[in-house]
Amino acid sequence: MLNTRLVKDTLVKRSTFLLLLISLSVVVIIAVGLTVKSIPLFEYSNIFQLLTDKVWAPMKGSFGFLPFIAGTLAVTLISLAIAIPLCILTAVYLTEYASDALKNMMLPLVNILAAIPPVLYGVWGVLFIVPLIQLYIAPIFGVVTSGYSVLAGGIVLAVMIFPIMISIMVEVLQTIPYELKAASLSLGATKWDTIKHVILKKAKPGIIAAIVLSTSRAFGETIAVLMVCGNVPKVPTSIFDAGYPIPALIANNFGEMMSIPLYESALMFSALLLFVIIFIFNLISRLILRRLEGGLDG
Amino acid sequence: MDNTKRRLISEKIAKGFMHLSGITVTASLFFIVGTILYKGLPYLNWEMVSQLPKGGFYIGKEGGILNAILGSLYLAGVATALSAFIGIPISLYLNIYLGTKSKVTQFSKLLFDVLYGVPSIVYGAVGFGIMVYFGIRASLLGGILTVTLLTIPIVVRTVDELIKTIPEDLKNVTLSLGTTRWELAKVMLRSIRAGLLTAILLAFGRAIGDVAGVLLTTGFSDNLPKYIDEPAATLPLAIFFQLSSPIPEVQGRAYASALVLTIIILIIVVCTHILQSKQKNRR
Repeated sequence: MLNTRLVKDTLVKRSTFLLLLISLSVVVIIAVGLTVKSIPLFEYSNIFQLLTDKVWAPMKGSFGFLPFIAGTLAVTLISLAIAIPLCILTAVYLTEYASDALKNMMLPLVNILAAIPPVLYGVWGVLFIVPLIQLYIAPIFGVVTSGYSVLAGGIVLAVMIFPIMISIMVEVLQTIPYELKAASLSLGATKWDTIKHVILKKAKPGIIAAIVLSTSRAFGETIAVLMVCGNVPKVPTSIFDAGYPIPALIANNFGEMMSIPLYESALMFSALLLFVIIFIFNLISRLILRRLEGGLDG
Repeated sequence: MDNTKRRLISEKIAKGFMHLSGITVTASLFFIVGTILYKGLPYLNWEMVSQLPKGGFYIGKEGGILNAILGSLYLAGVATALSAFIGIPISLYLNIYLGTKSKVTQFSKLLFDVLYGVPSIVYGAVGFGIMVYFGIRASLLGGILTVTLLTIPIVVRTVDELIKTIPEDLKNVTLSLGTTRWELAKVMLRSIRAGLLTAILLAFGRAIGDVAGVLLTTGFSDNLPKYIDEPAATLPLAIFFQLSSPIPEVQGRAYASALVLTIIILIIVVCTHILQSKQKNRR
């Protein structure tokens, strides 16, 4: 009797271990697969030139990634500029001021925002943000634009990263010990003084981790950005210019790339670029968050 | 006195900004759902959701998006089932067999956290590369595999959070009765049953909404897939394609399709919420 139970136990142990190995090997498969596929491009041109060349003309054999890198950076920076202040203030409000009832209403709403698929953000961007920019925002600055711009991409991305930023920031802010706030308040500081000088200072590493994690989310977002950015392979010079972020490049060109040598390799290289950047960003922020969590336990 | 006044004023200003931020964040959700509802509702009708695209559908003639709705449900359903069958055991293995203090557990959890952040377009590109290598064409199978890989980290992480909420005492008492770890795992699974469904629903929600992964691996088809090696339509892709059409009729259908997807997602969110409060009440 005991024997069959032990056999079962061992069997489960072995098979689940195998599942673990297989799932984790995905990291290796992605890294190796993309690198191998990128090699032809490296042989054709050196990496420094690829990253700094402005001309993207695969038909003529010139693969400059700068417009795409610039496009990605532009939308990401715009989205961060919008999301960071809004999210910090909202998270602080939820943890320091809001009643439990309000918190119990807001956090589920934020969860819904997180559950909305990217394509719906894209639809919203096309129907709401793009016309808003074209008809109302751009004319204020005296600019004529179709509305399909890096600004549109940035706004849509900002809303997309609200949920992840807010939920992590709320978690981080909740780890601040009550004694610390009480000490500051008892010295006659106002609540806002306490937030500025005590809470935010103490929560800084966690907040940075939340921002880094959201940045990597913004980097990899594909379809929503592709729908609203205009997709012109040029370095954008104003926020009303069209841009062409890296993920959109991959998604847009997969069908036709097979016919041109090196094209596939170039797209795989851009996927590799995304993977490496996002991997590093995620690793850093997760390590910070983990240390904070560990500090709480101990 | 002056100083106090200034500080109280800045407190008021700061609070005002916080209210404003909170309202902006919440309002963005209502703007999104509201825009889709407003634009999609006029075009939504029974024909849209009950029929396959007919000839001339993409120039505004008759038909519906049943192919995309069912394609998405097939794909997300199978992929979620697979990722649950792979993800839940992995989480149990890490927490029960190895224990939370083990270096392997910590390393694996870190890797799953990182994998969770890898965008679906990267999974799609790798999946595409592998399919080209083996000479497989874009198909339901390719999509299912890609989306399964995408959702495994979600399941592992959510189940991991659930296991953390199980009291250590339960574990110790069960083991002290002389159970094997597998029997302990079964006991633990029972106590987080409601939560497991949450994990599965979360994965399903992500799977049904994913575009970038399926764009490269699943293709698109006007017919329902009869076999797993045929290309299949998915709802998000149908929205994307129809929206880029210049014909107003077709664009209208894109809005209606977006509304259908929104409704599916909202149903999932509500179910998740109910299950979550159920899980909380058990404790």
